[in-house]
Amino acid sequence: MPEAMGFYTDTTVCIGCKACEVACKEWNQLPARNGGQIEMSGDSYDNTQRLDGIHWRHVKFVEQFSEERTDGRWLMMSDVCKHCVNAPCLEICPTGAIIRTEFDTVVIQSDTCNGCRACIAACPFGVIDINDVSNVAQKCTLCYDRLQVGLEPACSKACPTDSIRFGPIRELKQQAETRVQQLHQLGEKRAHLYGADDKILGGLNSFYLLVDEPEVYGLPRSPRMPTRNLLPASLFSTAGAVLLALLGMVGLRKRRMDEHVSPQDQADV
Amino acid sequence: MSDTFFTAAPHWTWWIIFYFFIGGIAGAAFLLASLLHLFAQPTDRPLARLGYYVAFIGAVVSGLLLTLDLNRPLRFWHMLIESNTGAPMFKSWVPMSVGSWGLLLFGLFAFLAALAALGEDRSDIKLLNSAPVRLLRRRGPSAIIAVLGSIFGLFLAGYTGVLLAVSNRPIWADSTLLGLLFLVSAASTGAAALILLAHWRRAGHPESLAWLSWFDQRVLLAELLVLVVFLVSLGSVAQVFLSWWGLLLLIGVVGVGILWPLLLARQHRTHARRELIRGASLVLIGGFLLRVVVLLSSEQIHVIGSGVTTP
Repeated sequence: MPEAMGFYTDTTVCIGCKACEVACKEWNQLPARNGGQIEMSGDSYDNTQRLDGIHWRHVKFVEQFSEERTDGRWLMMSDVCKHCVNAPCLEICPTGAIIRTEFDTVVIQSDTCNGCRACIAACPFGVIDINDVSNVAQKCTLCYDRLQVGLEPACSKACPTDSIRFGPIRELKQQAETRVQQLHQLGEKRAHLYGADDKILGGLNSFYLLVDEPEVYGLPRSPRMPTRNLLPASLFSTAGAVLLALLGMVGLRKRRMDEHVSPQDQADV
Repeated sequence: MSDTFFTAAPHWTWWIIFYFFIGGIAGAAFLLASLLHLFAQPTDRPLARLGYYVAFIGAVVSGLLLTLDLNRPLRFWHMLIESNTGAPMFKSWVPMSVGSWGLLLFGLFAFLAALAALGEDRSDIKLLNSAPVRLLRRRGPSAIIAVLGSIFGLFLAGYTGVLLAVSNRPIWADSTLLGLLFLVSAASTGAAALILLAHWRRAGHPESLAWLSWFDQRVLLAELLVLVVFLVSLGSVAQVFLSWWGLLLLIGVVGVGILWPLLLARQHRTHARRELIRGASLVLIGGFLLRVVVLLSSEQIHVIGSGVTTP
């Protein structure tokens, strides 16, 4: 069995060229939005805006400028499915369409998905959405078809600065830790890894080197599994169900008692 | 900001809102019909039969709505059967999976109960007077159907809120009380729907309707309490309701759907029919709006660019 494979994205060397977005679209034959008609978002250089069924890679542009715009910096980050070790989408899919591959990646099988969209609500990163062409939920497959024949995913292959690195997770973590130490020595004390350890959903097979808080990049700080709510929500509902049934029975008993008491009362009067 | 805000909306809108509303009514109607069937008097039978009809029709409509909501409706059976192996598809930890089986089984019991009720109503029809239908009407089998159907009915009325809670979406996953809230709301709308239909079909004995009204008033008070606790349990996420959705919740759900019917019931303790009808109509409106607010207020929040869009 092959070892776990994934992405390590060093956001400090991302230049926002979107070669990853284009390579992903080309290899996976993903359609353009609006039939290819250009739609300006007004949000920096980000016009695709989000990950969804037809955007499996999305380069985020975070502008951090002072009010008078004399000081500032760009944060750029190529976002993608995190291929979580404990994947909420896989956990919650009611049809079994979402599977874990031999590379420890998470893939939606298009021929099984029926478009119930439970995975969209379960994903803590807003990665999945319906692809309007196939009419099923879709997301990054970490180029499962390329991995099976020993090729590198299209996005990391196309990345000109090696911001997106592909490889065995074990090796990627070593590279990432070395890079964090290097950045700390250079004075960038905010550099840290997001999802490299097992604290976030057991670990993310697509993890990041960030230089600001996760929320600044539109990432949740401590995402959790959806089933955390299952037991308490079920217990509250079950208790409510028992009380409702009892209330109905009490009402009927009360009515019967009233009926029995009424003739007596009348006699007393 | 809650971690749930960094997610995408699943587009569960009008089909699902109607499903949550109708499924809740169907489940509660079965429970109320069963209580009348098992513990009440012969004069309550017409209302019990009406409850079984409502439950069965509601179960069928629920199934249709759920199927229509799928992006691939012809693959609805993938919820129940593994498409590649043909084995049963069941995940006990996934509310949507359990709910699919729950709705199917509820539909089965609602069908049997409705068939027995129809046999009672129309015994002149030969088919409905056949031995299998007569068997369904016998005390033992009909009691078993009533009890099991009520369990599945209560499940149907409440699991929808649990389904929303078992996600990572704002509001839905930020509280564990949504299942209870939907359940209690289903009970109030189920009773209200029966009051209205009984009036329309002239099926309900005044004593039966009085019991339904008594039940509905207490459930409405419980609903108000659960709604307040639900909002408190949301913590800072409740700020989402500092918007038009909050206004709709306050005026539509609390004012029109809970307080006004309670006020009408207090003013007319004699249960004048017209006031009963008016109160029941308001309860139905409030119950529907509750689902509109809960579903659509969350749908408007989604991650975009590197930020989050809120209502």
